[in-house]
Parts: sequence; structure tokens; C-alpha cells
Amino acid sequence: MKNLLILIFLLNLLTVNTHSIEPEVFVQSTVNRASEILSKNISKEEKINELKVIAKETVDIKGVGFYSLGSARKNLDNNQKKKYLEFFEDYFLKSFSSRLSEYSNPKIEVQDKDVLNKNYTIVKSILMATSDRPEIKIDWRVYTKNPESPLIRDLIIEGLSLARTQKEEFASILNSNNGDINALYEALEKFANN
Amino acid sequence: MLKKLTILLFSLFLIAFNANAGSDGDLVLGKNKSEAQNTKDCFEKLNRATFAFNQGLDKAVIKPIAKGYRKLPDKVQKGTSNAVKNLSNLVTIPNNVLQGDIKTAIINTARLAVNTTVGLLGTIDVANKMGFPKYEKEDYGQTLGKWGFGPGCYLVLPVLGPSTIRDTTGSFANIMGGDPWYNASVHGNNEFLSEGLYITSKAISGIEFRANNIESFENLEENSIDFYASVRSLYLQDRENKIKNNQRGNIDVIYEDDEDWEEIENK
Repeated sequence: MKNLLILIFLLNLLTVNTHSIEPEVFVQSTVNRASEILSKNISKEEKINELKVIAKETVDIKGVGFYSLGSARKNLDNNQKKKYLEFFEDYFLKSFSSRLSEYSNPKIEVQDKDVLNKNYTIVKSILMATSDRPEIKIDWRVYTKNPESPLIRDLIIEGLSLARTQKEEFASILNSNNGDINALYEALEKFANN
Repeated sequence: MLKKLTILLFSLFLIAFNANAGSDGDLVLGKNKSEAQNTKDCFEKLNRATFAFNQGLDKAVIKPIAKGYRKLPDKVQKGTSNAVKNLSNLVTIPNNVLQGDIKTAIINTARLAVNTTVGLLGTIDVANKMGFPKYEKEDYGQTLGKWGFGPGCYLVLPVLGPSTIRDTTGSFANIMGGDPWYNASVHGNNEFLSEGLYITSKAISGIEFRANNIESFENLEENSIDFYASVRSLYLQDRENKIKNNQRGNIDVIYEDDEDWEEIENK
């Protein structure tokens, strides 16, 4: 009986080790994939489309969307949330990919990590300097609730959080329109279709 | 004399306004947490109008000059950048002292002495080559923040851009005796220095900043649904980091009282 328990325990450990992905390995592999696309000799539009595929796989778009909505998310019913997430995904994929597509052949080196709690790890990296710009510090907030499938929730560039900036941008649109979520839908749709 | 008195009265008004604004809970002395999130945009309509004016000015004048600046030989750009950075040290040192950071004040004084003499009026950053610690600018707005003054309302200043009532108040300290470079240029009775030279040095500093950020601003503008709100957020986050001396970001500071992430599930 004791041997059986040990065997089960060992098998369990083996399974966990097989499937869990370390956040720093996940980030390095993601940036390597992105870097490969950005180094290709293809058009900006093609790069954006390929980056969108990576973003869909590696970013928690739904989580970022709800975070960006701030306290307004508590006032939405399920239909409104569903509609918002549809608009948000199109907006986010375009915005995120366009931002990245400006960099050609970026070299990102993962350096360290801070485990905040079981849900979050911050992976620290450096975008290496080129002749045109100094090195840039990029921290990645990785959602690790499911260790087998970590997801990116925020990029903190030189201490400036992209998610927080986006959240304050959305809050500004809602505030200017008396909290009307339709104004935000409209702004997101307009951006995605432009 | 009248000019100084006007500035003094205006500064007092700003500080008084700052204190009044504090009554809504944002600016109470010593209660200085996550100010980037709590700073109110009390003059948003006026700020947005000034922001639009600044964008027009930027497109017509500042950006073309910044692009021209980038065409200068690298050595000229580097020398100019080093020289204006060296001058900024004259404001950084008193602020190091006011913030109680005597060790950094001593290091920066040595840096200023080495770069101004051996470094040919600051054009060569000799101190950096000698292994001095990385230089971090400080200003009177940061010192007020360090002393516990909240940011007050967000402001967009014509030409100068994003600020807060606290940071604008801090800027007045420069022309009221807090900046030795201003004092020497404007009141120094020196045939080599003048008010024009002071203004030129500040303009070069602004152009250099703009030249270093041409692509970043274009990218930000292109990918924002409310560019004004994005710039406001980034400015306030950056100031918060600088006041807490976390120029390169610090997770504990960024998410100090941000529990929003913890509530977010993705299922």
C-alpha cells in the first residue's frame, strides 16, 4: 500500500513536471516567436497578421479586457460583457500587433522573475539596445493560475504599465460619455476598422 | 521685482489650490499612495484644448526641428545631450539635499565638477566612463512629492506639455533662485551668459527629448483611442515612479493598491 502511494505520488510529480511551463521559459519562447516574425522580409500587414496569431495564443485577452474596463465591468450584464469582449478582442489584437510591428529584429533577453503569488509571476527582460535607441526594460505580468497554460496579462515598459494606460484611456471615454458603454463600443469598433 | 512678486503670488495660489483640492481625499499631506490613479483632471476641457494646441505646434514646428536634430552627426547629438544633462545637475544637486539624499548629492557634485572641467563644459560624460553610478535627474516637483505633497489636479501647459499643480509649482522654484544656471544666466552680470542662452539650453533639452521619442509618440498616437488620456496616464505613472526613485519601474509600486487584477478571472 505504501509503495503504491509512493508510485502515485511520483507519477503525479512526473505529470506536473511534464505539463507545467515556467513563466520565464514561456516569455522567452513567445518573444523568440515574435522576433522571428519581425525579422522576416514580409510586409507590415503580413507581420501584423502573424503577430495576431501569437497574441491570441499567449495573451489573456479576456482578462486584459475586463481589467481595462475597470469598475465599469460590474455594471454590465452578461450580454453587454459578451458584446464588449467581441469589440475588445478586435481592438486589442490590432493595437497590440501594430505596436510590436514597429520593431524590426528586436532582441529580448529574459533576465529574472518575481513570483508575486500563485496567480502571478513578473518576468523581467531587456530589449537590447541598438544604434538608434538605448536598452529598454520590459516586465511581463504572467497569469499562472493554470501553470500548464500561462498567459500574458500586462507589459510594463520602463515602469509604465500598458494595461493601466489602456484602463485609464477607457475610463476617460466612459467618463466623457456619462458612463455609456455604447460610446466605448463605438470607439473600439472605429479603431479596429480603421 | 514685480515679476518675482507675481510669480510668488501665483505659486502661493497654486499651493493653496493644491491644499483645497486635497480636501477630496487625494492630496492630503502624507497620504501619497498610488497618486497616478487618483490625480483628478479638474480642468479637462481646458487641458484638452491646450493639448490640441500643443499637438498643432508639435506638428508644425517642434517635430520638424526634432527630425532635423536627428540628422546632426552622432557626436554632435551626444555632446549636446551630455551638456544639457550636465546643466540639469545644478537643479538635481539641491533637490538631492532637500530630499535628504546627501550621498547622491556628493556624487552628483563630483560628477558636475569632473564633467564641467575634464569633460569640456559637460559635452563629454567623463564621470560615466569613470564608473560613477547612473545619473538620475531630480526636480523641485519630485521633492515636493517626496515631502508628501500630492500632485493636485492634472494640467497641460502650453508648449511645455503635461504637468500637475505640484510639478508646476516646483518649476517656479527654478526661476526663483533654485536653479544656479538660471541665476547665472539671467542675473549674473556676465558678458558670456544671458537669458537667451538659458532659454536656448531649455529649448535644446526639449528638442532632444522629442527627437529621442519620435517613433514612440507616433506609435502611441496611432494605437490610442484617446491619445490625450494615454499621455496623461503615462505622464502620471512616470512621475510617480520618479518620486519614489523607481525610474526603471518597480512592481511593488506599480501595483501598490491595485487589487483589480486579483478579481479578474479568465474563465
